[in-house]
Amino acid sequence: MAISVIWCGMLLLGIAFSLVCGRHGLSTALLKGSANAVTLIVSVAGSLVLWSGLGKLLSGSGLQKKLERLFRPLLGRLFPDASKSPAAFGPLCANVCANLLGLGNAATPFGVAAVKAMAKGTRATDEQCRFIVLNTASVQLIPTTVCALRASCGAAAPLSILPAVWLTSALSVTVGLLACRILRRWL
Amino acid sequence: MAVVTDYFLPLLLLFAALLCLRKHEDPYALMLDGGKDGLLLTVSILPPLVVLLSAFELLRSSGALEALTTILRPATDMLGIPAEVVPLMLIRPLSGSAALAVGADLMAFYGPDSRIGLCSAVLLGSTETTFYTISVYFGAAGIRKTRYALPAALLADLTGFFIACLTARFFG
Repeated sequence: MAISVIWCGMLLLGIAFSLVCGRHGLSTALLKGSANAVTLIVSVAGSLVLWSGLGKLLSGSGLQKKLERLFRPLLGRLFPDASKSPAAFGPLCANVCANLLGLGNAATPFGVAAVKAMAKGTRATDEQCRFIVLNTASVQLIPTTVCALRASCGAAAPLSILPAVWLTSALSVTVGLLACRILRRWL
Repeated sequence: MAVVTDYFLPLLLLFAALLCLRKHEDPYALMLDGGKDGLLLTVSILPPLVVLLSAFELLRSSGALEALTTILRPATDMLGIPAEVVPLMLIRPLSGSAALAVGADLMAFYGPDSRIGLCSAVLLGSTETTFYTISVYFGAAGIRKTRYALPAALLADLTGFFIACLTARFFG
């Protein structure tokens, strides 16, 4: 629903502004935008196919499982209650590691299973909130779609943003977790 | 740094493929299998991208985008973020495909290695569709009282936005 409102707002604002400023070429702009979208998708398709292939390769090679084992102790400290229940902790670790590897589609079902297993009634628990923040802060080693987009726009080194992305994610997830610690007293 | 990241992908591919071979898994077949998912993903983001990019182009040609950035510039300059990226920040927590459309447009329009392009890329790569994620996870678990999940997540997003613009300047 939110997206419908945004989309209508964009159209409304665009048309209103053109009327006020006396600009023309609205239809041309609309059609140009749609053509741009197709050009973009075509140039991005190859990268996305390759990345998704890499994703399967990473889970097939057992790297994903290795990563999960690596993160278990850290996640156990962050989620002490969940770590006592295998039904919650297994999918929780799988979700975090799938996200790390940029396998968003694979991460969601694990995340849903983890949140369900952590549930105690209809009020969110502290660990559920922490888990949500971990997911919304997007801790990702390779932001695949963005790198594909950069490549399609002709970036000199499409992956050069990786260190910046890592640092940004690390800092934002830290702030999110700190906010959880502080806000839990009042909410 | 660019050299290190340049070797990252091919080495990761090789490493994962060798591990697969050791486990007697067929890496080529796995690549093709995953590739099919990638193709499906590509096809599924085409319609929203067409709809949203055309509307965004309309916004740009109407002069509305220009006006918005002009109004915002004094404030954003003080915060050290490019005013052009503000629409992306506003839309990022709400819709993944809209953020992708706006980010792609900024990268194509200003160049992927420009400050605006880099900032958009880092921002897109290090944040998520917060509202969507919360509604999916809490919806599935039947949580009605979400307590501080949303404010904490949005605070993390806000931090991400500012840091993205900072790091884009140093690492790009």
